[in-house]
Amino acid sequence: MNILVCISNVPDTTSKINFIENDSKFDSNGVQYIINPNDEFGLTKAVWMKESNAANVTVLTVGDQSAETILRKCLAIGADKAVRIDCDANDAYSVAKEIEAHCQSINYDLIICGRESIDYNGGLVPGLIAGLLNYNFVTNCVSLEITDSKATCAREISGGTEISECEIPLVIGSQKGLVEESDLIIPNMRGIMMARQKPLEVLEAKNISAKTSDKKFHKPEAKSEVKLVKPDELDKLIDLLENEAKVI
Amino acid sequence: MGVLVYIESEENKYKKTAYEALSYGKALADKMGVKVSGLVFNCSDTDSLKKYGADKIITIDNSDFEKFSSKKYSHALAEVIKSENSSVVILSSSADSKFLGAHLSGITDSSYVSNVVGIPESISPFVVKRTCFTNKAFSSTEMIDGLRIISVSSNSFGMIESFNDSTVESFSPEKVNSNQRTIKIEKETGSITIADADIVVSAGRGLKGPENWEMIESLADTLGAATACSKPVSDMGWRPHSEHVGQTGKPVSSNLYIAIGISGAIQHLAGINSSKVKVVINSDPEAPFFKAADYGVVGDAFEVIPELIEKLKDRK
Ligand SMILES: Cc1cc2nc3c(=O)[nH]c(=O)nc-3n(C[C@H](O)[C@H](O)[C@H](O)COP(=O)(O)OP(=O)(O)OC[C@H]3O[C@@H](n4cnc5c(N)ncnc54)[C@H](O)[C@@H]3O)c2cc1C
Ligand SMILES: Nc1ncnc2c1ncn2[C@@H]1O[C@H](COP(=O)(O)O)[C@@H](O)[C@H]1O
Repeated sequence: MNILVCISNVPDTTSKINFIENDSKFDSNGVQYIINPNDEFGLTKAVWMKESNAANVTVLTVGDQSAETILRKCLAIGADKAVRIDCDANDAYSVAKEIEAHCQSINYDLIICGRESIDYNGGLVPGLIAGLLNYNFVTNCVSLEITDSKATCAREISGGTEISECEIPLVIGSQKGLVEESDLIIPNMRGIMMARQKPLEVLEAKNISAKTSDKKFHKPEAKSEVKLVKPDELDKLIDLLENEAKVI
Repeated sequence: MGVLVYIESEENKYKKTAYEALSYGKALADKMGVKVSGLVFNCSDTDSLKKYGADKIITIDNSDFEKFSSKKYSHALAEVIKSENSSVVILSSSADSKFLGAHLSGITDSSYVSNVVGIPESISPFVVKRTCFTNKAFSSTEMIDGLRIISVSSNSFGMIESFNDSTVESFSPEKVNSNQRTIKIEKETGSITIADADIVVSAGRGLKGPENWEMIESLADTLGAATACSKPVSDMGWRPHSEHVGQTGKPVSSNLYIAIGISGAIQHLAGINSSKVKVVINSDPEAPFFKAADYGVVGDAFEVIPELIEKLKDRK
């Protein structure tokens, strides 16, 4: 089985969020980049499927050269091959179109994306890929079993889980639950050494134009000081919530 | 030209987020000078939609659409978009809506922006405001010409009543073949879910152990709130994973978020930044959460919570 895991290179959550060029661009200066957490759950699942489903795992990112560091990490975690499509990731649409084009030349049985990225948080790319390729699609995926060509998936829904069945090819949006945090693979020395021998292919982009563009970023207005209420004056708290904030 | 709103329902009842999406659609249609239609799957109540300003209600009554299917629903929507000549589609931010939105955008080759928090700043060019970087920033995002899909962040716009004597029309979409089928839906019964809740009561490691959650549940009951927790609490199995909020858990965008015995780590705040009003109850005045809070009580949860419950009950 051929699995593609789409990896988004994102700033660590603890990074300072700042903007440059008249607030039109994210300031990546001094920012540490990580594998998008939702993608890492998916990658771990894919690595497990190398054994259970005799799978071949390719990781792919659409981005510039700086994204190769995390691709190497994915190889050290256990992916067999990495692909970078060489262009700036401008919006979800153009990224999905680049991935679609790649998937036209290589048939993947399973495409794993994260449910959403933690930078733009759109949750758009996986659904777009599925829609463009006309593949089956399950997002917020918390369990996945593939036997022959049939997939059984669980999806987190509001207040519960929905279990469905479908044929592959399939696109999933992975999240915690698909594997647990304690299952995440920390690359060891051997993995890191082996990763150096594994192929990292750089593909030319189709340079598809974006459909959306960030014109200006801004940060939320500074919060006004917290209003403290003494523990023996809880009536005051209730008053504030009722009459000032009007939320109860 | 026109605005089309996907009206989400469950068991013949509309979700609150659907009224919010319709209110947004109505305001946008007014700003663009066009009409707004609502698309409803298998729900017979049309009266309550008139309250939120729909010019037209399009109903699809068909057992094929009984259960949500991203593929079937998005193909049906694509057909309605064509026949209505819609230029903007509005969705909520529910799990199903976001699932559907991305799929629809792929099928219709349209532009799509999610987590939108306000009516477009301008129509030409079409610029919407959305959250990004786990709610640590906003972006004014331009969407190019052509069909546009917007999903509105929960509780960001609100429900705005404006009566309209809507016309009702039924629609029969073509059958879409899909080998994908739902086998089973498992739902926790009785409790309010985090995604649907106006108020969320959340507790962390400060509660010391799972046996102390009774008071958290009781506070939630008193307020009609959903319960949530920090990551270590779900990792240790004190509470189910579905309650874990934050960067690696669920996002919360409720009107009121009450955090009890949670320190306010950045990964936790990442999930709750878009909640409107935050109340923090923590015994440590130095807890970082106070910096992100609107109201705070420095005190012992084991004393404050029971008393707060009493006082709330007295008021009723
Ligand atoms: C990659 C990564 C991702 C993460 N993702 C998440 C996430 O999604 N969600 C999340 O929540 N965390 C996440 N974390 C963990 C996060 O960094 C914190 O460790 C966690 O949020 C702390 O949980 P807590 O506030 O319940 O516990 P603690 O930090 O232990 O805080 C307990 C608090 O309770 C207070 N307290 C103690 N006794 C009382 C009392 N009697 N009355 C009142 N208050 C009391 C203390 O003063 C303290 O502030 C993540 C961490 C990493 C590294
Ligand atoms: N530039 C990219 N390259 C490869 N995959 C991506 C890229 N951006 C997003 N994805 C995938 O799509 C998922 C959802 O991203 P988003 O739509 O940005 O929230 C991510 O978790 C990744 O799996």
